[in-house]
Amino acid sequence: MSLIRKERPYEKAEFAPKPTWIVRFLRQNVLFQFYRFIMINIKMIKLIFKSHK
Amino acid sequence: MKTIAVLGGGVSGHTAAQFLKRKLGKNHRVIVVTPNAKWNWIPSNIWVGIGEMKKEDVTFELAPVYKKMNIEYLQAKAVSIHPNGQDKDNSPYVKIEYTGQGKVGQQEELKYDYLINATGPKLNFHKTEGIGPEHGNTVSVCTYDHAEHAFKEFNGIIEKLRRGEEATIVIGTGHGTCTCQGAAFEYLMNIDHKITSLGLKDKANIIYITNEARLGDFGVGGMHLKKGGYITHSKVFAESLFAEREIGWITGAHVEKVEKGTIHFEQLDGQKRSINYDFGMLIPPFSGVGITAVDNDGSDITEKLFKPNGFMIVDADYTGKEYKDWSAKDWPQTLQNPEWSNIFAVGIAFAPPHAISEPRKSVNGTPIAPTPPRTGMPSAMMGKAVALSICDMIKNNNTTPRHTACMSEMGAACVASTGSNLINGSAVSMTMFPIVQNFEKYPEHGRSLSLTFGEVGLAGHWIKTLLHYLFIYKAKAKPLWWLIPE
Ligand SMILES: Cc1cc2nc3c(=O)[nH]c(=O)nc-3n(C[C@H](O)[C@H](O)[C@H](O)COP(=O)(O)OP(=O)(O)OC[C@H]3O[C@@H](n4cnc5c(N)ncnc54)[C@H](O)[C@@H]3O)c2cc1C
Repeated sequence: MSLIRKERPYEKAEFAPKPTWIVRFLRQNVLFQFYRFIMINIKMIKLIFKSHK
Repeated sequence: MKTIAVLGGGVSGHTAAQFLKRKLGKNHRVIVVTPNAKWNWIPSNIWVGIGEMKKEDVTFELAPVYKKMNIEYLQAKAVSIHPNGQDKDNSPYVKIEYTGQGKVGQQEELKYDYLINATGPKLNFHKTEGIGPEHGNTVSVCTYDHAEHAFKEFNGIIEKLRRGEEATIVIGTGHGTCTCQGAAFEYLMNIDHKITSLGLKDKANIIYITNEARLGDFGVGGMHLKKGGYITHSKVFAESLFAEREIGWITGAHVEKVEKGTIHFEQLDGQKRSINYDFGMLIPPFSGVGITAVDNDGSDITEKLFKPNGFMIVDADYTGKEYKDWSAKDWPQTLQNPEWSNIFAVGIAFAPPHAISEPRKSVNGTPIAPTPPRTGMPSAMMGKAVALSICDMIKNNNTTPRHTACMSEMGAACVASTGSNLINGSAVSMTMFPIVQNFEKYPEHGRSLSLTFGEVGLAGHWIKTLLHYLFIYKAKAKPLWWLIPE
C-alpha cells in the first residue's frame, strides 16, 4: 500500500457496509440490469405522474 | 395580443417558452431574453468534464429552434424590471442589454404583459477566495466551457499518475452555503471511475469535501430508503459507495480559501484545517443574477421583488420560521409574485422560503449547511406550470394562476452515471418524493418510501444516457416533443 493511502481521511469507511461479490456481479449483469431498467423506469414514471397531479 | 417575456433560456425558461407558444399560437407574442446563443443540457456537462462528451454534444443553437417555433429571441440579459412602467405610462417593461445579434452593449426597453424570471443562478466564485477556473485555483463543471477546461486540467493529472507520481484529487463544495451537491457527487464518481478504469487508482487519493453535515444529505436533509429488509438513511448508502471505492470524505466543511495546492476550510467543530491537492473541482455558492427593480418614479424597489440573495419573491412563506416549525406549506405553489400578479419566477430564480437540510453553524458561528437544490426536473415542471397558468389567465382574463409546481409535492431524480460504454458503465440512481419533506403527509420520514429509492448498477447508466438524448430532442422541439415528460 502506498503512502498516500495511509493519509486518507478514511477510517470512517471501516463502519460503512460494503457490497458482497454477488451484489457487485448483479450490478453489471446485463439481464438483471435489464429487469432493473424496467423497474426503475416504472418507478420514475409513477413519480412523474404523481408530481404532475 | 399579449406579450409574455421569458427571462432566461435555460432549463426552466426554455420549457416555459415552448409550452407558452404551443398553447398560445400566433395570437400572442412569446419573447425569450437570454444572454446565451446556445442551449445547454447542464447535467451532461459532467461527461464533458471527464472527456466522455464534447461540448457540441450537450449544446445546440437556440436561434433556429426559436425561429421554427415562432418564438422571438433576444440575445440579451435583463438588467432591471420596471413593474409599474415609467412616469405616467404604467405599462411594465424590462430593460435589457444585448450580448449578441450584432448589438452587444446596446440597451432596450421591452414591454410585457406577463413576465417569467427564469434566470437561474449567478455562479458566485468570488465568495470564496481562490476558487473558480477564471481567477482561482480550482476547476468547475457548471458551464460547458468550464467543463471543457476541467477536462484539460484533469488530463494533466492523468499524465502525472501515468508517470507513476501520486496525486490528490478534491471534489466538492466551495463554500459553507453551497447547493448542487449532486453535481459534485456525480463528477466525483466519474473521476473515480475514469482513474480506476485506467488502472491508476493506487496512485490517486480521491477526497470529497462538502458542507453537508453527513454524507447522503444532498441538500435535502438526506432521505430514507428501503434496503435489504431495512429502512436505512441515505448516509449509509452514500458511505457505502465511498467506502467501496476507497474515496475519503470530509463533511461539515466551509471552504474559506484556496491557494495553489492547498484548500483551507473550517468544520462544524470550529477547527480550521487544510488539505493539499493537485486537482480540485469545487462548486461555487449560487445567488440570483442581480437584476434590479425600479418604480415608475425611478426609485429602487429591488427589495420588493427580490430577496437579498437576488432570488425573486414568490408565493412562499418567508416569515423566517425556526427549523422546528418548518412546514411543507412554506413552499410556493404557483410561483406568482404576491405584489405583481403578472410576474412569476421559476427554477433556481425563485427565492426558497428556507433550506431543506437542517441549518447548522460551526462553533465559531460560520453557517455550514446546504441551501436548497432546485434540480432539472422540478425546474422544468415549474416552467411548464407557470406557462399553463399564464395561458389560463389570458384566456379567462383574470389574475389567478391555476397550475402549481410545489417542491413539497413534486419528486426529483438524480442519476450519477459513469462510463461511456453501455456494458461497462454504472450509475447511482436516486429518486425522492417529494423533494421537500412533507411530514404532514408522510409523518415518519417526510417522504414516500415507495417512490424514494437508491440503487447502483448499469441500468441507471442506460437511463441517464436515454434522458440525455430525450431532453435534447425535447428542447429542440422535434416532432411530438411535448409528450416527453419534464
Ligand atoms: C454540473 C451540473 C450538473 C447537474 N446535474 C443535474 C442532474 O443530473 N439532474 C438534475 O435534475 N439537475 C442537475 N443539475 C441542476 C440543473 O442543471 C438545474 O436545476 C437547472 O439548470 C436549473 O434550471 P434554470 O432554468 O433555473 O437555470 P439555468 O438552466 O441555469 O438557466 C438560466 C438561464 O438564464 C440565463 N440568464 C442569466 N442571467 C440572465 C439575465 N440577466 N437575463 C436573462 N437571462 C439570464 C442564463 O444564461 C441561462 O440560460 C446540474 C447542475 C450542474 C451545474
